[in-house]
Amino acid sequence: MAEQSATAVIEVEGLERRYGERAALSGVSFQLGEGQTLGLFGPNGAGKSTLLRVLATLLRPHAGGVRVLGAQLPDESWKARGRVGYVGHDPLLYRELSGRENLVFHARLHRVDEARVDELIAAVGMQRRARDPVRELSRGMVQRLSAARALLHDPPLLLLDEPYSGLDPAARELLDPLIGKPSGRTRVLVSHDVDSGTAESDVALGLRAGKQLHFGTPDPAELRRLFQ
Amino acid sequence: MYGKGLRPLSIASAAALGTAIGLVFFYAPLDADQGFIQKIFYIHVPLAIVTLGGFIAGGLMGIKYLRTGDRSWDMRSYVAIHLSIVLAVAVLITGAIWAKASWGHWWVWDEPTLVSFLIIFLLYCCYQPLRFSIEDPDRQARYAAVFAIIAGAFVPLNFVAVRLAQSFSHPRVLSTTGGNMPGSMRLTFYVSLLAIALLYVTLWKLELTSKNASIQLKRLRVRLEGVLEEQHSAAGAPAPPVGTVPASPRDS
Amino acid sequence: MIGTAWTILRKDLQIELRTKESVPAMALFSVTVFVLFHFGLQRNELEGDLAAGVLWVTLILATVLAVNRLFVTEREQGGIDGLLLAPIDRTSVFIAKAGALFLYLVLLELVAVPAFGILLLGPDLFKPLPTLILLLLLADVGLAAVGALVSALAVETRARDLIVPLLLLPLLVPVAIAGAQATEPLFSGNQAAHELGKWVGLLGLYDMVFLLVSIAVFDFLLED
Repeated sequence: MAEQSATAVIEVEGLERRYGERAALSGVSFQLGEGQTLGLFGPNGAGKSTLLRVLATLLRPHAGGVRVLGAQLPDESWKARGRVGYVGHDPLLYRELSGRENLVFHARLHRVDEARVDELIAAVGMQRRARDPVRELSRGMVQRLSAARALLHDPPLLLLDEPYSGLDPAARELLDPLIGKPSGRTRVLVSHDVDSGTAESDVALGLRAGKQLHFGTPDPAELRRLFQ
Repeated sequence: MYGKGLRPLSIASAAALGTAIGLVFFYAPLDADQGFIQKIFYIHVPLAIVTLGGFIAGGLMGIKYLRTGDRSWDMRSYVAIHLSIVLAVAVLITGAIWAKASWGHWWVWDEPTLVSFLIIFLLYCCYQPLRFSIEDPDRQARYAAVFAIIAGAFVPLNFVAVRLAQSFSHPRVLSTTGGNMPGSMRLTFYVSLLAIALLYVTLWKLELTSKNASIQLKRLRVRLEGVLEEQHSAAGAPAPPVGTVPASPRDS
Repeated sequence: MIGTAWTILRKDLQIELRTKESVPAMALFSVTVFVLFHFGLQRNELEGDLAAGVLWVTLILATVLAVNRLFVTEREQGGIDGLLLAPIDRTSVFIAKAGALFLYLVLLELVAVPAFGILLLGPDLFKPLPTLILLLLLADVGLAAVGALVSALAVETRARDLIVPLLLLPLLVPVAIAGAQATEPLFSGNQAAHELGKWVGLLGLYDMVFLLVSIAVFDFLLED
């Protein structure tokens, strides 16, 4: 990585994202420092996944300023791509290919050495099933592979949309050092469970109907009010 | 903003149309072979030219939209294409009438312009279904612009291809005096062309103004709903709906 | 960019080899259509313009099948997001997809053209084969470019299966014109090419225009 900037990893100011005439996100502003975890909270349809996708450069901001890893979105999106690890609802794996083939594919796209693939397969504990087609794997295994995919290029920023959903405690333990707080990476985490989410977060952002209603300490009581 | 110039434009169109009709019926010479029905040429060919111009303009406006992201260009492109599709139907119908009157058949494959038109018409018929089956409004506009550009590039290519397919032994069926038009015909033709072009632009502007008005109305509705909801949730009750909120360029 | 396109193309070929969805279907479809034409036209043998027409129309219809599937795998399986998140030039996605379609068409023709020669073609197939191959390859480039473009355009629509043929077929008319007209003399009389330059020129022009337009416009279909 070229620059180790002392400034924030993410800077968002007045972000707006519309869906036609409706506002999917409006007036979102926050900052995230290196090594910190930002928890995104809010009811369904609040715009959490939308915000995550904007930060991942998958959606462009319609108004406002967004800087991710020093790159101004959307004009400099290409700078941020390849430095962000995204674990969304979709595992982004081809069902007909094996876990290993999928990871090799993504490794090539990100210009990462193939050795890293085996490293990560071992790290997520998938050595035995890595050569089976993804469609034969259980949800938990697919999720583990998805995390491996997101980590292939050793990204300085992780964007996680409920990464532990559908995982048993054993799998969770396996992934925690890689994508959880112990990993030490800068993370944005979407969580439906207020308690576990706030335990993981250094700072919390509350959304409702696209509007930012809370930014600051991850206080469970405060955040639960979003759901009323 | 859009309505500006609509009145003088309408007046100019009406005047040009009136003049054209007068010229067609009273001034232009009667064709020896085809008789009175030949005068349909004065509608058919100008319509064809204006329609094609409309399609290509739609493509150019699509390019403008993709470059600027300004939705008004998308609206302009949509209306241009939409109008041209309607005119294309008229081109095909007038072409068929002319063919029937001259050759006894409702359709002639040997007339390359008509055949090209049929293909282009079939292509552009997909524009609206494609457009309106995409839910996300921004994506809809973008994909529509891409279509407009592809189809616009296709128009000249298609004409070349169909022309080439006509062997030289087949004469142009729906031609008039083999390209050397006497002065009176030429004048009538150009006036008709002008009249139809003006009519097209007037209708285009008219539809744009109307659509713009309904979009403003919808925006106001959405804002009003937002305000009402805030007031009512402060009071603790759900807001009453302000009619249904319809979707993008469809409403007018 | 070529490297990335090759990576994506390899991936698509891997999936196609596993699922064997597109190419066998196209081949089967073509042979079935030949049978249909036999009954529809009530002929045991075709030559000249009829033969040329049946061959080219069948190939073009088979293209529709492949185009339907081309981007569907992305949408259903891996999701286009995987490609969008990577630090790649998005045009390479187009090149990969068009490349895949081109290969599928070539594989199809390896089956369909001999099948045509056996089932329906009256005159000898071997004599005009080199010229025919040239025409097919040239046409395949245009079919691949337009097919990839239409596939991407239709992938987001609800009635995808209907939109693809309706959109694709008018756009492919020039290919049908050039292909059939150029092939007609190959299947009749002394089977020598006639006015070949004209049709090769048209195909070349078509290929060039649509490759340029596709490359210019494709990014807009992927971005959000």
